Amino acid sequence: MAELVTLTIDGKQITAEKGTLVIEAAKKIGIEIPAFCYYEGYSLQAACRMCLVEVEKMPKLQPGCTLPAAEGMVVMTDSPKVVEARKSTLEFLLTNHPLDCPVCDKGGECELQDMVFRYGAGESRFTEIKHHANEKQWSPMVYYDPARCILCYRCIRVCDEGLGVGALGLTHRGVHAEITPSNGDHLECDECGMCIDICPVGALTSGSYRYKSRPWEMNHVGTICAHCSNGCKTTLSIRNGEIMRANNRDQSGINGEFLCAKGRFGYDFVHSEERLQTPLVRKDGELVEASWSEALALVAKKFGDVKAKGGKFGVVGSARTTNEEAYYLQKFARQGLGTANIDHRRSGDVASLLNALAGKRDALATVADLYTTKAALVIGSDLSQQHPLLAFQLRANYRHHGSSTYTVTRGPVREDSYAARSIRFEAGDEIGALDQLREDLSKHASVVILFGDSVKGGDVAKLVAFGDSLGVGVKYVCLMDYSNSRGAWDMGLTHEYGPGYEAAEQRGLSLPEMLAAKDLDVFWAVGANPLADAELGSNDAFVVVQELFLTETARRADVVLPAASAYEKNGTVTNTCGEVQRLKAGAKVMGVKTDLEIMGLLAKEMGLDLGIWTPEKVFEEIRRTVRGYNVQLPIIVTGGAAPTQPVSGQLAVLPDVSLVRSAEDTLFTSGSLGRYSKMLNAAMEAPGKLYKE
Amino acid sequence: MIGNYPTGRQKGALIPMLLYAQDEIGQITEELIDEVSKRLSVNRVEIEEVLGYYTMLHREKRGKHHVQICTNVSCMLRGGEELWEHACGKLGIGNKQTTADGSVSLEEVECIGACSWAPAILVNYDFHFNVTPESLDALIEGLRTKQ
Repeated sequence: MAELVTLTIDGKQITAEKGTLVIEAAKKIGIEIPAFCYYEGYSLQAACRMCLVEVEKMPKLQPGCTLPAAEGMVVMTDSPKVVEARKSTLEFLLTNHPLDCPVCDKGGECELQDMVFRYGAGESRFTEIKHHANEKQWSPMVYYDPARCILCYRCIRVCDEGLGVGALGLTHRGVHAEITPSNGDHLECDECGMCIDICPVGALTSGSYRYKSRPWEMNHVGTICAHCSNGCKTTLSIRNGEIMRANNRDQSGINGEFLCAKGRFGYDFVHSEERLQTPLVRKDGELVEASWSEALALVAKKFGDVKAKGGKFGVVGSARTTNEEAYYLQKFARQGLGTANIDHRRSGDVASLLNALAGKRDALATVADLYTTKAALVIGSDLSQQHPLLAFQLRANYRHHGSSTYTVTRGPVREDSYAARSIRFEAGDEIGALDQLREDLSKHASVVILFGDSVKGGDVAKLVAFGDSLGVGVKYVCLMDYSNSRGAWDMGLTHEYGPGYEAAEQRGLSLPEMLAAKDLDVFWAVGANPLADAELGSNDAFVVVQELFLTETARRADVVLPAASAYEKNGTVTNTCGEVQRLKAGAKVMGVKTDLEIMGLLAKEMGLDLGIWTPEKVFEEIRRTVRGYNVQLPIIVTGGAAPTQPVSGQLAVLPDVSLVRSAEDTLFTSGSLGRYSKMLNAAMEAPGKLYKE
Repeated sequence: MIGNYPTGRQKGALIPMLLYAQDEIGQITEELIDEVSKRLSVNRVEIEEVLGYYTMLHREKRGKHHVQICTNVSCMLRGGEELWEHACGKLGIGNKQTTADGSVSLEEVECIGACSWAPAILVNYDFHFNVTPESLDALIEGLRTKQ
């Protein structure tokens, strides 16, 4: 236990660990010391002078953000001297700050505005003309208005320390000082927009939101990002059903302050003009618009006929639909259509991991664990590109707790810059590198091992055996591609497993087998685009596609049903760490239905009894029946992440690991969704490359 | 030079490196920034920060003889501003400009720490004290013929 000190702040006694900053100690007892440059978790700056406090026996006012609490210290945060200093600081900050709040994006949620309102002097003594510099566009995502900048260095620190990119700097001095991007006049970075988010004023603005709306005229809906498998919480700001922006406004959720380019800017696919908004039915060889009732009736009749004559179905699910939809789809296929041919495109071998972890509890690392573990081993993944939140967590852990990271990758990765050890190894052979790390890893009290798609099948078992041999607490993360890649496995969207990895009663065709089959009667793709890089072997197959866009698969369809995206639906998704989180519908797009509703209506049309198709009811069934999913409901409904447990006991059958392959998306690609995001494609860095120098 | 700095502190070589390179080639070029960034493993933008901060580092090409005239308080009181005007008129160039033949460049600087001998000017690294317009003329002529 660290040494404790007792100090007095505004007459209240508080006991805090020695070294605690006065600003933090005050926060603990509900006293707010205002500050601009101070930001928890980043290096100290003491640049803005807003947090000055009076300390007894100290001749001058002290910055509360850098002053460590000491025994017997008496601090006053609201004395006349302090109030005067705050007023002066604000007056000084406003000497060149334009008073354009009525047109500034930040108006209404601006820290400077709030503080001037609360502590500021109503009038300024400065009569000189304000120094002005023109606004600059640094990238499609980031704009900078130097006149508004108060030089707090937050953006510089979050980029350098938080992201490890270091794309921002401060050049020139005095009144001419301004933030400068990495490449002179433009940015070359992750385009994560963290700098925009952390800016206390309106100096950094977002390319997709600027001059569009005001914070008070939007509804803010907290949901889970539709893109990668990390499961960041993102808050959609909605006006009239349209997403105006996405950020992590209240910093809740597993990602705290973090959000990457996809979460912050990649939502624009939702309102893409290419969205399908009416069902399409093939007539005389052409896809033509049809009513929902016509399209659903046609599909139901075809499904019914093929089922009646004992025909062959092929059903492909998605790594992006909710758990409820994935569960309902496999139920529809197995019980409703009586087929075992169901699969999805898998991007990580979680089944082998769960099998190898049989009998262990708490062996799956959560996102939070990555911030507290003593050591982490990253195998076969360019984490900063493919799993930005997990990379952010590891870097924060290194920064704050001095944790050690080890990498075994086929090429250079950003983690190398602070890794305790980096080993280059050919993809697929990485297990061979482990022996070199045994000694290093066993020195740490806790280890998290993260592995990508190149570690699968027997290698996963070897990896877990290696973990066991270290003699320390080891947890695992099986890295996968998309927002519900994990849930798709768990819900039984594979030909070998039903929900909860119970062996399927009958082993059906895998996705490649379905595509190759010459005698398929019906091919049903729900949120998947398998024909992007493959041909459908059966020429006569009746193809039904539920999709957001007219993808390659939808173009081959006989009936296309326009589906809602993750931002338009309720339900749950499971991230790559196996944590279940809730989606909340925010956006509205005319003419589309959620996949769950589409399937429910089809079932009704066919006269099948598959249960009520509301997300709540289906989730109830999932919690009851799917192994590992009896998660704590209060955690989920309050916007938390509930960890699933590995299934108990070994799996009856082993997974077909030849099908495991990551799409290797970068920070700017995101499968078929990414193709329809103008912002992501507009980035100069797009599409980007993994394992680059 | 990098080796003179303790392990992990190689960044410290940044300013001397830039200064020596500038003496060599007369200005800080893009190629130079890239090279320094590579050798010291610092981001380009960190070098930009230093360049923007220190006035003695120049992005633009300087003359062979860089004449820096102080017009700060002590020098101003003893005729620094008149010297500055005189030099501008004589050379036909202004602040941070270079004569057409590239021999002399001019810069108005703040205190160069030679107040006791004001007005003072600096030519490259050499001080000249108690300068008068006449001695400045002679000095500039000398520089031109020296080439």
